[in-house]
Amino acid sequence: MSSTVLFRRGRVIDPRNGVDGVRDVLVRDGKVVEVSEAPLPVPSSAEVVDATGKWVLPGFIDLHVHLREPGEEGKETVLTGCRAAVAGGFTAVVAMPNTKVVNDSAMVTELVLNRARAAGLCHVYPAGAITKGLKGEELAEMGELVSAGCVAITDDGRPVMNASLMRRTLQYATQFDVPVMVHEEDLTLSAGGAMHEGTTSTRLGLRGIPASAEVAMVARDLVLLEETKGRLHVAHVSCEGSVRLIREAKRSGLRVTCEVAPHHFILDDRAVGDYDTHAKMAPPLRADTDVQALREALVDGTVDAIATDHAPHGVLDKQVEFEKGINGIVGLETALGLTLELVHAGVLTANRAVELLTHGPAKAFGLPGGHLAPGAPADVTVVDPDVEWTVDAHQFHSRSRNTPFHGRQQKGRVIQTWVTGHKVFDTGQVGQSKESR
Amino acid sequence: MRHLLGIEGWRRDELESLLDRAKAHLPGAPDTTHLLRGKVVANLFFEDSTRTRTSFHMAAKGLGASVLNWTHTGSSVSKGETLLDTARNIEATGPVAIVMRHRSSGAPHLVAKHVKCAVINAGDGTHEHPSQALLDAFTLRQRWGSLDGRTVLIVGDVLHSRVARSNLHCLKALGARVVMCGPPTLMPPGLESLGAEVTHNLDAALPHADAVMCLRIQLERQGQAFLPSTREYARLFGLSAAREERMKADAVVMHPGPINRGVELAPAVADGPRSVILEQVSNGVAVRRAILEVCAA
Repeated sequence: MSSTVLFRRGRVIDPRNGVDGVRDVLVRDGKVVEVSEAPLPVPSSAEVVDATGKWVLPGFIDLHVHLREPGEEGKETVLTGCRAAVAGGFTAVVAMPNTKVVNDSAMVTELVLNRARAAGLCHVYPAGAITKGLKGEELAEMGELVSAGCVAITDDGRPVMNASLMRRTLQYATQFDVPVMVHEEDLTLSAGGAMHEGTTSTRLGLRGIPASAEVAMVARDLVLLEETKGRLHVAHVSCEGSVRLIREAKRSGLRVTCEVAPHHFILDDRAVGDYDTHAKMAPPLRADTDVQALREALVDGTVDAIATDHAPHGVLDKQVEFEKGINGIVGLETALGLTLELVHAGVLTANRAVELLTHGPAKAFGLPGGHLAPGAPADVTVVDPDVEWTVDAHQFHSRSRNTPFHGRQQKGRVIQTWVTGHKVFDTGQVGQSKESR
Repeated sequence: MRHLLGIEGWRRDELESLLDRAKAHLPGAPDTTHLLRGKVVANLFFEDSTRTRTSFHMAAKGLGASVLNWTHTGSSVSKGETLLDTARNIEATGPVAIVMRHRSSGAPHLVAKHVKCAVINAGDGTHEHPSQALLDAFTLRQRWGSLDGRTVLIVGDVLHSRVARSNLHCLKALGARVVMCGPPTLMPPGLESLGAEVTHNLDAALPHADAVMCLRIQLERQGQAFLPSTREYARLFGLSAAREERMKADAVVMHPGPINRGVELAPAVADGPRSVILEQVSNGVAVRRAILEVCAA
């Protein structure tokens, strides 16, 4: 495999460096070497990618992915999750700690990193648990987790209900400068709920989860953030009240970032239809007014990142009564198409859409990559913006198929993914893992 | 073959045709045991029920069907069998219809997607109870002929009531005006967009109603902060003898049962001349025969 690659005549969109135009991009030994408006000569032995008519983008970064290993390898493994990631144009993912051995120790962090190294497809950054066993009682050893390689700490899937514990988490984390990533849900308000509380939940006779279950916790944590001078990242923001509070907090200088999942800016609660468990997730799909507010927040900078909350589950987890249906959908292989829907609809510029998938998440967590200046990692995603295709869950590289987007028409698709100068995905095929390379 | 998963989605003419057929199943009507002779109707009850289960049982018998009675107690559900596995096993016995009750809203929809026979919802969670709404409408049509322009006041725990949802769809489709009344904690959001008017003032609404349907207050709702007490509920929303006097002269009182006497309904009113509660029960069999006929015969 060539160590020098020249991407010729593609539209390079690199929001961090203010680039949006036809460029040649030369990468060598895993780094970006040159980005040139004028055509570059082809170095001897270089692999040439003709990107005419294509977009050449920094590799996408997903701050919120469930890889399910260790413990639920029937749903996903680090390897299959990485395959799904690169197929979706992601060159880096942050792996949530709510595996069936919780990542609350260096041992589990190292296991995930070793599996990722063996997969050799994309960067995997583990997130460590806030509390031991995600029980919300005692702090996990944050120092050990960070030194083992965790880039954030979170009890994702569960909130930290105890306000005092949350306050100390924010305080304690300041010494490591890691973001505390929060799943905001007041369990006393969401108790028994199966979907957003609104007309659809009334019609279906399902117990509703009011928006206040999220907003009240966001408000609490912003108050604690101000007091502790900590660093907070709000995961999967779903409603208008949350973005309003986060917008104000950012204006007043608090160190808060947030992400939105594609399903929350594409679908509203009506997608539950007649009890479709593929439209069940936490937080739930909200009202159309919330979807509108999330879109505005994507545009105005309140939202830092689009993150998928990729949550693989088996068929049987979803083929049950709606109340019993497990939360979550896979997202890595549908994220770009859904994001581009907002571009085609004129909601987002291409530049802003790319920023939300690249520099935005890199900056929020302080991760490498997310841009294409000389010296940056040669993580590159090549997109054909015009190709029309249909989402087919049976073609997913993920081990799971749980998506409400099966059959949806999309325009624009990832055609190649490169990680540190190696091609790991090319027109539908994931490359071999590093061990066999 | 047609499913009856809810009243929602049934057109007025379809509902009226079913209700008209039910007249041919009233006591004294010609024998109808040929309609499902040699066929099996499966009663699949995941939740306790006396009135609805026996009513469907009698309805199926009256059409000549054999009835497979399956209840959750003592079944493989306690061994962890999934709903779909149970339903598929029941289906394998060859019924023309599965009549099912389940504590989860939408459970009949799930089953209907995976079996070939008709699925009749006999009450799912807090979603719908279509046969109850049909027998309520039948009872009112017996009194009034038509529901056009009539006002039905539904009082109580609408949030948790499948009877209220089915009645809302059914009564609206048949031309009635529906007013929902209860404490704000027990009124789900968006009722207006489903066609109901909402009030929290029973005394103001009562004199305009042609029928008052009292819903059962589930006693376990106390302690969940939906209500301070059944005592306060009875004071604010109970249909007492004093309130009954302010009803229209010919207005009727309904209840889907079982009644908490003295809470939502005073005994004297439940047993008084306005009450059509026992007519509701006896009409149940005729209406359910019509349902089985329309869906499965």
